[in-house]
Amino acid sequence: MDGFVALYIFMLAAFTGYEVISRVPVILHTPLMSGSNFVHGVVLVGGMIALGQAETPLEQAIGFVAVLLGAANAAGGYVVTERMLAMFKSKEKK
Amino acid sequence: MAIKWLIDASYFVAAVLFILGLKGMSSPVSARKGIVWAGVGMVLATVVTFLTPGMNNFALMVLAIALGGAVAWISGKKVAMTDMPQMVAIYNGMGGGAAAAIAAVEFARGEMHGTVVTLLATLGALIGAVSFAGSVVAWAKLQGVMKSAFRLPAQNAVNIVLALAAVGLAAAIVLAPTIDPMLVVAFFILSLVLGTIITLPIGGADMPVVISLFNAFTGLAVGFEGFVMGIPALIIAGIVVGAAGTLLTQLMAKAMNRPISNILFVPMAAAGGGEAVEGEQKEIGAMDAAAVMRYASKVIIVPGYGMAVAGAQHKVWEMSELLEEAGVEVVFAIHPVAGRMPGHMNVLLAEAGVPYEKIFDLEEINGDFAQADVALVIGANDVVNPSARTDKSSPIYGMPILNADLAQNVIVVKRGKGTGYSGIENALFYKDNTRLLYGSAQQAIGEVIQHVKALSV
Repeated sequence: MDGFVALYIFMLAAFTGYEVISRVPVILHTPLMSGSNFVHGVVLVGGMIALGQAETPLEQAIGFVAVLLGAANAAGGYVVTERMLAMFKSKEKK
Repeated sequence: MAIKWLIDASYFVAAVLFILGLKGMSSPVSARKGIVWAGVGMVLATVVTFLTPGMNNFALMVLAIALGGAVAWISGKKVAMTDMPQMVAIYNGMGGGAAAAIAAVEFARGEMHGTVVTLLATLGALIGAVSFAGSVVAWAKLQGVMKSAFRLPAQNAVNIVLALAAVGLAAAIVLAPTIDPMLVVAFFILSLVLGTIITLPIGGADMPVVISLFNAFTGLAVGFEGFVMGIPALIIAGIVVGAAGTLLTQLMAKAMNRPISNILFVPMAAAGGGEAVEGEQKEIGAMDAAAVMRYASKVIIVPGYGMAVAGAQHKVWEMSELLEEAGVEVVFAIHPVAGRMPGHMNVLLAEAGVPYEKIFDLEEINGDFAQADVALVIGANDVVNPSARTDKSSPIYGMPILNADLAQNVIVVKRGKGTGYSGIENALFYKDNTRLLYGSAQQAIGEVIQHVKALSV
């Protein structure tokens, strides 16, 4: 990837992250921390590609750990976030 | 070629879904939809990755996903709401560990394309490994596996030396013409030690801020490794989380009046300190407390972590509903750091069935205390200590507090006469309009409920 294109992606993503969060009410901070924790679980995809290209047993072992940890990050992050958000109910809906 | 296009397009859609998901989580109304969107994005990205041309080890891949996913899914379903912070910490640590492991695979393959790629891989590995080790320590502390804070002599000097050594090794790896395995191994060990040593001396009260900081770290590490692997979806998701996590960390630190540098480098002031408080604590019985609230027109409840630990939130909500039936306006006031993370108390109240319209945060409610007949403080302490406004020598001076002391009557539910979690004397407990209702939150509120019922017949 072109170095400057990557730099632009970095910059725009950083502003996006900052803007998206800045309007979040305090009551959602914990689910949001958990939700953003889930989003970086996409590291799983990187782990899969790393493992997919692994050749020696050492590379395979480390790649396996990467996928294992990434999958746990994604699955766990989703479950706890979803559980927390499922509890936010409005009075009218009750 | 068509497959390549399908994969790239899917990653693009996933990145859009992640951002929309986070955006959705910015309002309680759309928050649930937000996480589902992000979840769809994750499944899409994972599934299309299997189609990537030229990949091997599919059996290992499926096994790792099934194993890691299942264990995390089940433990995530089971964890109690009060234990949520350490659960987030451990999942976050795993993400950091995954980012570091990706870099390790790339180092083992030994074919980095250019100095910039090697630099980003190394940086991502350093940050990811620190986040992994630190998050595990944070989890161990909050879970109670590891007891107290552990401070080395000359802790700050040790931190700095370790950090410099890690950065030095990273620089050596980047500058070396070929990748030296010994250097890489030493680098990873040092990064893990650094993460552990930084986190060890931090006390439980400061831990949420640290977890949030590590969350931002993991995001950055994922973003850097995304560049190394050439996957824009990873870069976007990682950097968005890195930026959002940094902002969230600042918000938390501000709410606690503890700059991040203080949390990392200065231990919490020793217990005590501040002016001695004159006067005595005046007791109230459950029957009188019930009467005061039953005939009030507005009651503001200030819940603290003590209430959640006692599991009393269901009883508190039951009492609120009874009072509302009797025509009393009942609302909840939540300090930004009530519970173990900002917003944690909201989750615990939501679990008990309290609708979010009844829950107000500090800025929204502080003006209302003067018009309230009763402020009911349950298991909260420092966040309602008026010394934070008035006593310059108090360790918590300057921290924003809920002005419960301005209400007509203050009722504090408290186990005993002690100073509580932080060891700081609370001037609120000695004020003329304050009454203390002794007992565990569960039992004390239970008694109040009985008396409110008796009054309403």
